[in-house]
Amino acid sequence: MYAYDELDRTLINERVSEFRDQVKRRLSGELTEDEFKMLRLQNGVYLQLHAYMFRVAIPYGTLSSQQLRRLAHVARRYDRGYGHFTTRQNIQYNWIKLAELPDALADLAEVGIHAMQTSGNNTRNVTSDQWAGVAPGEVEDPRIWSELLRQYTTLHPEFSFLPRKFKFAITASEHDRAAIKVHDIGLRLHKNAEGETGFEVLVGGGLGRTPFIGKTIKPFVPGRDLLSYVEAILRVYNQYGRRDNIYKARIKILVHELGIEKFAQEVEDEWLQMRDSALTLDDADVEEIRSRFTYPVYEQLPHMPDELKQAAHDPHFEAWRKNSVAPHKVPGYAIVTLSLKPVGGPPGDATAEQMDAIADLADRYSFGEIRVGHEQNLALPHVARRDLPALWRALDKIGVATPNVNLVSDIIACPGLDYCSLANARSIPIAQELTRRFANHDTANLIGKLHVNISGCINACGHHHVGHIGILGVEKNGEEFYQITIGGRADEHAVVGTLIGPAVPYAEVADVVEDIVEAYLALRERPDELFIDAVKRLGVEPFRERVYATR
Amino acid sequence: MPLVKSGKITNDGFVHVADDDPLPEGGAILISAARFLGDPETLSRRAGGTGVIWPNNRDVDDLVPYLDRLAVVALVFPTFRDGRAYSQARLLRERYGFRGELRATGQVLRDQFVFMLRAGFDAFEVRKASDAEAFTNTAKRYSVFYQPTGDGRLTALHRRMQLRHSESASQ
Repeated sequence: MYAYDELDRTLINERVSEFRDQVKRRLSGELTEDEFKMLRLQNGVYLQLHAYMFRVAIPYGTLSSQQLRRLAHVARRYDRGYGHFTTRQNIQYNWIKLAELPDALADLAEVGIHAMQTSGNNTRNVTSDQWAGVAPGEVEDPRIWSELLRQYTTLHPEFSFLPRKFKFAITASEHDRAAIKVHDIGLRLHKNAEGETGFEVLVGGGLGRTPFIGKTIKPFVPGRDLLSYVEAILRVYNQYGRRDNIYKARIKILVHELGIEKFAQEVEDEWLQMRDSALTLDDADVEEIRSRFTYPVYEQLPHMPDELKQAAHDPHFEAWRKNSVAPHKVPGYAIVTLSLKPVGGPPGDATAEQMDAIADLADRYSFGEIRVGHEQNLALPHVARRDLPALWRALDKIGVATPNVNLVSDIIACPGLDYCSLANARSIPIAQELTRRFANHDTANLIGKLHVNISGCINACGHHHVGHIGILGVEKNGEEFYQITIGGRADEHAVVGTLIGPAVPYAEVADVVEDIVEAYLALRERPDELFIDAVKRLGVEPFRERVYATR
Repeated sequence: MPLVKSGKITNDGFVHVADDDPLPEGGAILISAARFLGDPETLSRRAGGTGVIWPNNRDVDDLVPYLDRLAVVALVFPTFRDGRAYSQARLLRERYGFRGELRATGQVLRDQFVFMLRAGFDAFEVRKASDAEAFTNTAKRYSVFYQPTGDGRLTALHRRMQLRHSESASQ
């Protein structure tokens, strides 16, 4: 956990008082809605279909129990008792009142949480691997660098009015859980031949209406040069990114139009003029940030304690353990994923009561720490394996132990037309119906790893392009239709999915997904050939045939 | 439109001269980049002082040879959402060492003052009188800064390092 110091606290309090003044000026009419719009967006406030929506940052997905309790408090005090965890390690509240927003922000600021730059045309919440610091085999904890970037990007005087939004993601593991290839800047932490820590820098990834997989702009940027290199990219983008068309304003379009070589040269020219500047991070600077992170003092514990051996007789426990418990870098400990995808529930939602209960469990079993992943689930990152049975019973009681992590019902979905003013179609009811269709755990387990992603419009907040099965809501003659893609993925082998055929109406989406799954079960070479691998081997044709043969 | 300079509302000593209007004999003038680049040698040596309004979609490189002879460079925010002039301002101040007046023009609102000051602006053509009046208080709104720019304000990281050194020195 990163602990705020007096300077961090002062800055977010100053931001709250600035926003309070902006809201006051809006309510008095001194600010027009057009002027206020950009100001509120820079603080995570959208005007949605029914009310203001408020998006709060959870930088690199790390929360303390105290912070999670405060998120619960905001849900209870200012909203309707629940919050929605998003695909970018944020939480959204859907029913907030404008006049109460400054108070909600002040309550959050007390525990070191802010909503700065969770929307607007600026550098957004820096995201990372939700298993950072605990995943076996990690190069080093990417959150140190994430925090350096969080501070660097927060209220940046040059880059707060970019052509369009700008998203960073960082990973330090070989297996990319942070989806760095679909971010404006993706950073892969690794060591060069001399053992020096640095980053492979990718640029121009992104989803939305024109999906692109990020391209490597520089295979190794030493850690000390990270901020100057990032500043060079942002400066080139700020000056040359398109501002004439909102749909062509992301950096991916600039990279595409210039070509990666030309773009890389522009960045290099800029960087060479400023790499030795105040932005250079010496070891002491990095150490200063590192020293503000606290780590648990782990005990020496057995890998296979008696508690675990006994619980292994309970098939329900075993189903959950096999599904939701992952190896930890420290023997005797585990990483536990909490599914926020109950059968019939909206993906990623948690009630205030659940958040409070999870905070208590984190205190008891996970050194007071909680993680938020882009898959819209939570995790307890430091659980002693002997505590797994007791933790499971407690999680099950509050409905976050559905053993469906990474399975077909672990659906990523945007809020869709139920909340969002941009949406063309509903997402949540589609997800809910799919979780009912695949509610049988044995069936889901037989199908194996399968990511379903649903977006209610082309803006792709549900990351449908990179779902193994992607579902995109569109509008046709006033009705909700859905385009289905297959074969997408967001990890280190990221690729955009392929459309299987004409869009299908709302009522048929779940049937189509069932058809695709049945086709896969019939076609896979062996039980451990994953859906995504079968699609890669076979192409979309056999799936297309199956789906459209009877439609 | 009030001009804020050195933190105060002041009279604009520069006359905006449109491209097709004749230039006055003396006095300080503010002219477009196109007009300036028509005869930069003469125009930059005018006795009364010359300022250039530089558009935000043109590299400042073309202006660099004349910088030490210009009294004012005015950069443009066609809307406050368009942030290109922040980069131009930092380049002029930090890379090319421009010491004259760097003026923000266009849709300049109170909510940009801190960003603009940090980017190197020191004069502001402010849209609303109420914003101009609020300049001093707004400029003081922040006391902590995470990024190093050419404005000399210490960054949070720098202050932490200083604190660390003074703590270790006192031990």
